[in-house]
Amino acid sequence: MKTKLLSLVLGATLGVAAATAASATTLEDVKAKGFIQCGVNPGLPGFGAPDDKGNWTGMDVDFCRAVASAVFGDATKVKFTPLSAKERFTALQSGEIDLLARNSTWTMQRDTGLGLTFTGVNYYDGQGFMVRKSLGVDSALKLNGASVCTQTGTTTELNLADYFRANNMTYQVVAFENNEEVNQAYDSGRCDVLTTDQSGLYSTRLKLANADDHIVLPEIISKEPLGPVVRQNDPQWFNIVKWVLFAQINAEELGVTAQNVMDMKNSTNPEIRRLLGLEGDFGTGIGLTNDWAVNLIKNVGNYAEVFNRNIGPDTPLGIARGLNALWNKGGIQYAPPVR
Amino acid sequence: MSAVTDEVRARDSRTSFWNDPKIRGILSQALLILVVGWFAWEIIDNTVTNLQERRIASGYRFLENTAGFGIVQTLIPYSEVSSYGRAFVVGLLNTLLVAGLSIVAATLLGFVIGIMRLSKNWLISKIAAAYVEVIRNVPLLLQLFVWYRAVLKSMPSPRESHSFADLFFVNNRGLYAPFPLFGSRMIWVLAALGLAVVLTAIFNIYAKRRQEQTGQRLPRLWVSVALILGLPALSLIINGVPVNFTYPELQGFNFVGGINMIPEFVALFLGLSIYTASFIAEVVRAGIQAVSKGQTEAGNALGLRGGSILRLIVVPQAMRVIVPPLANQYLNLTKNSSLAVAIGYPDVVATGGTVLNQTGQAVEVISLWMAVYLTLSLLTSGFMNWFNARIALVER
Amino acid sequence: MTGEPNAPRVPAFVRTESLPQRPAPVSERGVIGWMHAHLFSSWLNAALTVVGLYVIVSVAWSVIDWAILRGIWDGADREACLSTDRATPAGACWAFVRAKFPQWVYGLYPLDQRWRVNIVYIVGALALIPMMIPSAPYKRANALFLLIVYPILTLILLTGGHFAIEASDWLLLVILLAIALVLIVLLGRGAGMVDVPSALRLWVKVALGLVLLYALLGFDFGMVAVETSLWGGLLVTLVVAITGIVASLPIGIILALGRRSRLPVVRMLSIMFIELWRGVPLITVLFMASVVLPLFMPAGTSVDKLLRALIGVALFSAAYMAEVIRGGLQAIPKGQYEAAAAVGLPYWRMMQFIILPQALRIVIPGIVNSFIALFKDTTLVSIIGIFDLLGILHAGLADARWSTPQTAATGYFAVALIYWIFCFSMSRYSIFMEHRLGAGMRR
Repeated sequence: MKTKLLSLVLGATLGVAAATAASATTLEDVKAKGFIQCGVNPGLPGFGAPDDKGNWTGMDVDFCRAVASAVFGDATKVKFTPLSAKERFTALQSGEIDLLARNSTWTMQRDTGLGLTFTGVNYYDGQGFMVRKSLGVDSALKLNGASVCTQTGTTTELNLADYFRANNMTYQVVAFENNEEVNQAYDSGRCDVLTTDQSGLYSTRLKLANADDHIVLPEIISKEPLGPVVRQNDPQWFNIVKWVLFAQINAEELGVTAQNVMDMKNSTNPEIRRLLGLEGDFGTGIGLTNDWAVNLIKNVGNYAEVFNRNIGPDTPLGIARGLNALWNKGGIQYAPPVR
Repeated sequence: MSAVTDEVRARDSRTSFWNDPKIRGILSQALLILVVGWFAWEIIDNTVTNLQERRIASGYRFLENTAGFGIVQTLIPYSEVSSYGRAFVVGLLNTLLVAGLSIVAATLLGFVIGIMRLSKNWLISKIAAAYVEVIRNVPLLLQLFVWYRAVLKSMPSPRESHSFADLFFVNNRGLYAPFPLFGSRMIWVLAALGLAVVLTAIFNIYAKRRQEQTGQRLPRLWVSVALILGLPALSLIINGVPVNFTYPELQGFNFVGGINMIPEFVALFLGLSIYTASFIAEVVRAGIQAVSKGQTEAGNALGLRGGSILRLIVVPQAMRVIVPPLANQYLNLTKNSSLAVAIGYPDVVATGGTVLNQTGQAVEVISLWMAVYLTLSLLTSGFMNWFNARIALVER
Repeated sequence: MTGEPNAPRVPAFVRTESLPQRPAPVSERGVIGWMHAHLFSSWLNAALTVVGLYVIVSVAWSVIDWAILRGIWDGADREACLSTDRATPAGACWAFVRAKFPQWVYGLYPLDQRWRVNIVYIVGALALIPMMIPSAPYKRANALFLLIVYPILTLILLTGGHFAIEASDWLLLVILLAIALVLIVLLGRGAGMVDVPSALRLWVKVALGLVLLYALLGFDFGMVAVETSLWGGLLVTLVVAITGIVASLPIGIILALGRRSRLPVVRMLSIMFIELWRGVPLITVLFMASVVLPLFMPAGTSVDKLLRALIGVALFSAAYMAEVIRGGLQAIPKGQYEAAAAVGLPYWRMMQFIILPQALRIVIPGIVNSFIALFKDTTLVSIIGIFDLLGILHAGLADARWSTPQTAATGYFAVALIYWIFCFSMSRYSIFMEHRLGAGMRR
């Protein structure tokens, strides 16, 4: 490994501006160090979480692997930095990570005011509520007077206030620094309601002692388009990350999967041939090789495969595609064509 | 003669220009200022550049913007439409509340344990020793988590609350009690209380003087209590008891009305008091042991009883040893109250942290934190120094 | 007037020989006497004893009953710790502790690389034990090993080494060394401020050391790199606490000397630094380190998260260390300073040879106490998302496979016990050193 640690320590102690200024582009930088540093959630099963042995799994984690596959042809050339809600954008701004894939909501302020850019939406989400079945509540509109557990430093806290105010309801919010504390407090009965993005609720439900005692209410009180984020000053890297996601979605639409991607090379469908780099120079156009999409589909899979593997109906989370189905199957996942 | 030495001195200082301590001092200080200044400039320059690059506005204007988030415990009126600045003040008041109450409780508990530690009863002193050794060797944060979970776990849900006379309710949302709402005539009651305090002070001065002159002792304690309780009570009755109570009532999920002490507060209060008491106990023990045995024996020789010896002879002298480290413990407790952030009690660090998250104004928020804690430190140590000086006056 | 002046008149009713000694009354000797004096000297005391006894027995019994009698030691998941028997609910779920214990010790450190952590643990213990025994020889060499060699060894072993030492880093090193050399020659030859031969010897040592350090850090030992985000548990707790204390020693010494300096600027700056850090809670320092520190750095630089926390902790504990050392400096009699000055020692020599050795020896108990405080304070890093022992416990408690009513209680009990053992033994050691030093001082 090559770590800049030392020059940084020297730089910090001596006050010398350590000469690691980002003169190179992110792509050059990533290629030079040999891996992508990816910021992920420290523990949200289905999106980003390490298992007992430190292996990372989840949809966001797989997205990082897809980018690594596109850049290096190798899904293992990625390292994960677990980040709290508070630290995530700072870490990206300061260059500690190259890419942030940590179920972050795309908002105007974040997109325009932080020097960062959202590359797309890999999961359309919305804020929801979870309650105990025993409360007998079936709608969020019946939550007047409830106490609500939530995590501080998220859009959740603000949506919550807006929703209750708009519906003339009172509430009591108990906000914690760490997700773990939120879940524990809810589990021990401190709150009637737990609120976060709905995907997060499904994931949290699994962590509770008796998952079946809790239900997620049908209301979605906000739009939470979650997506990967990069720095704004590097259009090339922005394009790469953006098109990795589009390639996955296009692959699903065209029926290209991890299993059949090699056979698909014989396909005559021009759209597939362009996606797989058999026609045109789309890969080299964004600074990669022409088989970039082949690599990422082969190593990680198309959007549907990633979804089903991590959070789909057959996983413990059991989330239906819903909004995240393809545009021609009732959802709104839609990728521009490779052309 | 003197001309020669002057000349010699002049020549010496010329050859050993570097060795003149004064010049050396000035030079090294100038160098230090340069280095520190450059370091500071470097940091400020970096920060400004970074802030501009990340388009984060600087300055404290954001404090006027609408906060938009709720806070679970507010001592002053606050809602989601209040400003960030007000949210910060709410947090600050919460810090002061928990720190103030914990200081009182920790002091009481600490004195009890410290005196138990010195008890002639072997078992009691060992129990006190065990308390001190167990509590102070386990991290406070861990203890807070334990208390928080213990509080939550041992309490029932709101619908199954423990109730006392249908006025007080205890459940895992906290302790609910009736809360007085005062009418406008309450001002007269307050005035009566003020009058009672003044009268008590005058009476005490008179009683003290009389005791010094004649040796007669007046029942100071009883008269004081009667005055301070009696006058306001009388005024209360005359004014027709201008007080209404709001009573907690179960409505939907939770109790409404009355006053609520949330579990986060209880856990933090318990944790801080119990942890700090173990340190205060040691301070008290050292202080009492520092008073020489001869003092107690002299008191005995005068025919004073055990309690009087402790109250009149040992404690006043021990206080001189106790106060400085005690002040330190108060400061520690105040700073430790910032661990509230871990268990969701909205103190100044927790609400400030939320403001930081929502606005991204990291430098400003942290500067506010530092200002708050430095001010609290200065105030506490200032008060303690004054108190210390007062106690020290006893000595000739 | 006549009589026998020489013959003592012995009244017949006075004994001439003393009675044989009789044993003290039953109530004043042996176990009963001790109990009488210490437990039942008065009615109040007797009552207190009974109450105390009741408290002790009931606490001890409930702990033993919960932890041992009803404790569950084996099991693969939560099923083992869920009691089906309503009459005797399950006690402590030790199976959970056993399942998670490796994580508590190593965090998420890769399984096949844990030997590296083991080496760090073992070497550390082997070097520390003789350091703590006052009669063990080679203290100086041992201290140098612990303060210089061991940290480097630990750094390389834990991270995997092979740091990016680029040409620019070497250049910087050469330039700095060259500047130092020029300064020595200039100040020595030109102004006579330094003793050139000894300064040169020191320069050679430092230069060799730094070159060796650079070479070692840049060398590829062929170990797999392990990111700090995988470190956790006791490993992180110890890394944070030990780095904090080791780094705070030199900074603390300088600050303490600065605070007692005659130079107003030096004194002012030292006081400001010390009081600023001592006035604020550690958690705000950690938030600052994790959120604001990146802003202070030049654009494009990034510092590892753990390292940021370490910097915060080191600066924070340096302020406390400075006050501890200042206490030691103040305890040195003025005569020592005057004697040193009379011999003609310059300031730094005086500190190096006369004052600091004495002062540091006096403050050993104080340093150990600071270390205990710091060791407990390391738990705060879990708030900023670094998985120390407490943080990793919480991560484990969130594991649904182990969620039982007793998991949290058992986990907290076990982790509290670990912290307690560390802190209690250190505080005993501090008391032992205090007595020893006290004996030395009393002569």
